[in-house]
Amino acid sequence: MSVVGTLPPLAARTAHTEPRVVRYALVGAALLFLGAFLVVPLAAVFIEALKAGLTAYLAAIREPDAWAALKLSGFVTGCAVAFNLVFGLAASWAIAKFTFRGKNLLLALIDVPLAVSPVVSGLVFVLLFGRQGWLGPWLASHDLKVIFAVPGIVLATLFVTFPLIAREVLPVMQAAGTEEEEAAHLLGASGWQIFFRVTLPNVKWGVIYGVMLCAARAMGEFGAVSVVSGHVRGLTNTLPLHIEILYNEYRFPAAFAVASVLTLLAVATLGARSAIEAFARRRETTGSIRATERI
Amino acid sequence: MSIEIRDIQRTIGGFAALRGVSLAVETGELVALVGPSGSGKTSLLRIIAGLDQPDAGSIHLSGEDASARHVRDRRVGFVFQHYALFKHMTVAQNVAFGLTVRPRAERPPAKEIRERVTALLSLVQLEYLAERYPSQLSGGQRQRVALARALAVEPRVLLLDEPFGSLDAAVRIELRRWLRRLHDDLHVTSVFVTHDQEEAFEVADRIVVMNQGLIEQIGTPQEVFDHPATPFVMSFLGTTNIFHGRIQGGKAHLGRFTVDVAGRGEARGAPPQAEAYAAGYVRPHELEVATEASAAGGLWTTLERANVAGTFVKLELLDEDGRSLHAHVSREVYGALAASEGDRLYVTPRTVRIFPGEEPVSPERP
Repeated sequence: MSVVGTLPPLAARTAHTEPRVVRYALVGAALLFLGAFLVVPLAAVFIEALKAGLTAYLAAIREPDAWAALKLSGFVTGCAVAFNLVFGLAASWAIAKFTFRGKNLLLALIDVPLAVSPVVSGLVFVLLFGRQGWLGPWLASHDLKVIFAVPGIVLATLFVTFPLIAREVLPVMQAAGTEEEEAAHLLGASGWQIFFRVTLPNVKWGVIYGVMLCAARAMGEFGAVSVVSGHVRGLTNTLPLHIEILYNEYRFPAAFAVASVLTLLAVATLGARSAIEAFARRRETTGSIRATERI
Repeated sequence: MSIEIRDIQRTIGGFAALRGVSLAVETGELVALVGPSGSGKTSLLRIIAGLDQPDAGSIHLSGEDASARHVRDRRVGFVFQHYALFKHMTVAQNVAFGLTVRPRAERPPAKEIRERVTALLSLVQLEYLAERYPSQLSGGQRQRVALARALAVEPRVLLLDEPFGSLDAAVRIELRRWLRRLHDDLHVTSVFVTHDQEEAFEVADRIVVMNQGLIEQIGTPQEVFDHPATPFVMSFLGTTNIFHGRIQGGKAHLGRFTVDVAGRGEARGAPPQAEAYAAGYVRPHELEVATEASAAGGLWTTLERANVAGTFVKLELLDEDGRSLHAHVSREVYGALAASEGDRLYVTPRTVRIFPGEEPVSPERP
């Protein structure tokens, strides 16, 4: 009995055999890298943005072109999230729950946008819809504009963010298996009832993460959008493109002011993700506390 | 409601899971499908439920062909081995699910659903857990919730796929006795799958022994245990000693001893032909163990090991050809033998089941 009693502390001690110096050195190194590559640049953005004073900062953000860019970015992000949400759920549902021919091909195809350089993705759309492109003459004869217009920007963003939600949802859905769906089916649920009441709640964290990831990427996308946008101020400039224009015109405070807005949006997205996670964890733990109280 | 299974065949990915299975389950009966893994028992259960379609054959529920009926309309209750409870719903929501998904016109009012859920939870003795989530329950509690959920839609047939397979031994024994009592109260036609013959013996009215996609034998627990139809059933339903030999002139010569086929042995199948191969199967408790040779005809063995910890003593013996034998004797008999490891003991079979002309099989034990 006494032997059993001494075992746990022994095991606990062996888990921390590294000398204190090594531990501190490792933690210190990690913090140093984090500081140099993340905190300092982020801080620099805000310092540069506010260098010319708060009035100049607000003026730079309130400028009509900047405001238009912000609205366009918001619209494009909304489109990307909505489309990829539907596609991501449909694709992961198909891959996780059914066996069919070409399943592996579909899986590989979903990943293509991750592998292809964004600039190439943009060029593909110019090739397809540009004036000299395959569908260019047809579009021109019907007075439709895709390249150097909003539809092109939306298409390029969709292409680039295509895998993000599907990739987040798929593993969660595969892990959930099909038994709960079968059980729901046997209990008389219809296909849509199964989807909304069993499948979707099981993958909701995957969906939420995927949406955040997709939104962040859609807001910040530069390469592909830059190729198809045409940089028409107030019309086809998204936030990242607007920042680049301001920077190239040596209007550094304005460039950094707009950059700070984009950064804030990204940080807010990440913050929302962490908040949701923390909320979920708290609910789970209070759930189990409540449960133990009842025993 | 009765279930009639007619000549079901199913090949899954090139593997013949079911090779022509026919079975009739009477209304209110509790039938166990037993067999080693890969014998087709779960495939058959899934086909009855409508979760899988047979390649050939048909399922008749209450005399009506169910093949054309949608899973939703079959009114089959199904209990999964791994519970398949809805993780994000409370116990009460899980049980209510089958009622709340009904079309508005058929759905009972909310109050009635609540009452029904409470009644079902008290049936499975879990009312106090109604607001918990499945992750907060033990395995046995989860399986009882799964059962309550399946019963909520008033199924005409209850199908259970290894319902106690993921539970530990003590819970398992308690829960299967409880299931038997529940069945005696509700009398809903039930089919349950298990690879544990003990479980089948204890719970089922009738046992269906399956092997390699075919039914080997159907019968009451006693029938299949005492009168196994095939060597497979004999070996699957418990430990067996196999003696190989030949049949000659009405007598089976099984190695070092001879059995009168007409008299003491229990011969089955075709009448033994002269010089035919035969195998004798003897259960461990059917071996008589003594210190002196008897007139009945037996063989000398050496005691290898005696496992005394149990309601009876399990002896591991080695015959003169180096084959091992298992014998179970009462503690009293073992005491009277006063044998220790390495001693010579004389073993005489009381009952030998002889299966002529069939090569012995050793089924894969789970």
